[in-house]
Amino acid sequence: MSDWGAAPAPLERRLLTVLGVEALGAYRVLRVADVETPEPRPGQFAMIAAAKRWGGGADERPYLARAFSIARRRVGETHFLLEDVGPGTKRLCELDEGDGLWALGPLGNGFRPPGARRRAILVGGGVGVAPLAILQDALAAEAAVDVTVLLGFRDAARAEGAALLHGARIATDDGSVGHRGLLTELLSKELYADARAEVYACGPAPMLEAVRAMCATRDVPAQLALEAGMACGFGACFGCVVPMRGGGYLRVCVDGPVIDAAELERVDEHAGAPA
Amino acid sequence: MTGAPEAQAASGGIEFCGLRLAHRVINGSGTFDAIAARRAFGAALIERFPFAAYVSKTITLQPRRGNPPPRLWEAPAGLINSIGLPNKGLDGYLAEDLPLLAELPAPLITNVMGATGEELATLVAACDERPEIAAIELNVSCPNVKTGLDIGADPRQLEDVVRACRASAAKPLIVKLTPNTADVAACAQAAEAAGADAVSLINTLRATALAPDGGAWLGGGDGGLSGPAIRPVALAQVAAVARRVGVPVIGMGGVQNAAHARELLDVGATLVAVGSESFRDPLAAARVAEGLSQAA
Repeated sequence: MSDWGAAPAPLERRLLTVLGVEALGAYRVLRVADVETPEPRPGQFAMIAAAKRWGGGADERPYLARAFSIARRRVGETHFLLEDVGPGTKRLCELDEGDGLWALGPLGNGFRPPGARRRAILVGGGVGVAPLAILQDALAAEAAVDVTVLLGFRDAARAEGAALLHGARIATDDGSVGHRGLLTELLSKELYADARAEVYACGPAPMLEAVRAMCATRDVPAQLALEAGMACGFGACFGCVVPMRGGGYLRVCVDGPVIDAAELERVDEHAGAPA
Repeated sequence: MTGAPEAQAASGGIEFCGLRLAHRVINGSGTFDAIAARRAFGAALIERFPFAAYVSKTITLQPRRGNPPPRLWEAPAGLINSIGLPNKGLDGYLAEDLPLLAELPAPLITNVMGATGEELATLVAACDERPEIAAIELNVSCPNVKTGLDIGADPRQLEDVVRACRASAAKPLIVKLTPNTADVAACAQAAEAAGADAVSLINTLRATALAPDGGAWLGGGDGGLSGPAIRPVALAQVAAVARRVGVPVIGMGGVQNAAHARELLDVGATLVAVGSESFRDPLAAARVAEGLSQAA
């Protein structure tokens, strides 16, 4: 089994060219030409910012680059999944083909591959499905691993984001697509059915906390890809911390963003990303 | 102090408090973790190290976990932070971080903070013994436990504290002035009178962001504003200080490019520090230094 090791990120921001920004239900898929990047490990992220008009939006923001999971790699391309929820994400959604994008990365610790003959359960909520797409691609190369994909969304427009992965079972809050209710209700059944499970999760904090608590109770190993407001992405600002089990804090950017659930006391909503 | 800086740079670096520096651009304390950056970027960080001297984050006598999150708020053209000076404490810093920081290809300036002159002097004395450390910077933006005012906001108190530290240090002593005071130039003069070898400014401006419920957004309550938003304030304060003291001034606050750095040098700074801009671009300081040398 490969170790998915990642090379260090290039020290400089790279100016990439936007190939397209395509609607995927309520989301956008941002595709940029990216030939020279070191291959990211699934779960790694990049700090991205529009090369022009970065600033001057609502409240004279954005100022800082935004942290985005790498959603997919295709030949010569890197893809990000966007949702317009603030001045930074709004500007990114407005990018056009040919525009410039500053990118620093790939950064952070990605997912670790599952142990031999394990079953990987990918659990994603909302825009947090992004790193699970590149993870599913990587797992496809690991013939010995069974993969189950469970995705949760607020509504039907967001549930179209499930197209980023294959074979997903879906839960929606409003029941418009798939199971009506919580994603963790689907996860609960899967965990009862199979003791070989390893969970890979990314999504909103309440979902991750529910996954963390469920996996802790059932003694299932879980890797959580966390989100946090961060200024830099490489350990400089100390802004993106989450509480560590036993006291102290972990920096999501350099100690994560993928963190073993067992290392966390809980997953709080406190870290509120600059959107 | 600022005469023909580029000519000096062209002749193989500049002199600052007895240190030989490759150029005039350093980092602001707490805005670049060289140890974490080396993990993220590998050997390139050493090969292309952006700073002419490296200033550590603030070290305190005892370890600190830092403030509860959230710690950041994006402001118009800047950010407010309330990090709370997380660090391993003096012993942890000397044992674990110093050997790694000593591998950097630039002189190391260690930034220290204490609640009293005595505590600061202890930190300064410990740093003064270590050959890996080239100079010491005092963070005096610590509230006095009795008055609640920052030690560095009151010229008389500042003078006492710096004097206590001066007696403990043979190495160059830099005082990082707080901008949250009535008369920053008077504070700079007090630092100089007490024996400071240089002053640096500006630290972040005290600032608050509110949550939707009307309470403080930041876990630590108030924070400090940095970034382009504070650059005009920095320019005014650096100019005011440079007019009143004879020691070298390290100017900082919202510097994003060589033109911004040039302005601080023009009003009397000897060195310029890059802070928040490094968050957006880890090579920002190298860009600024390159731009300064090209303008020569």
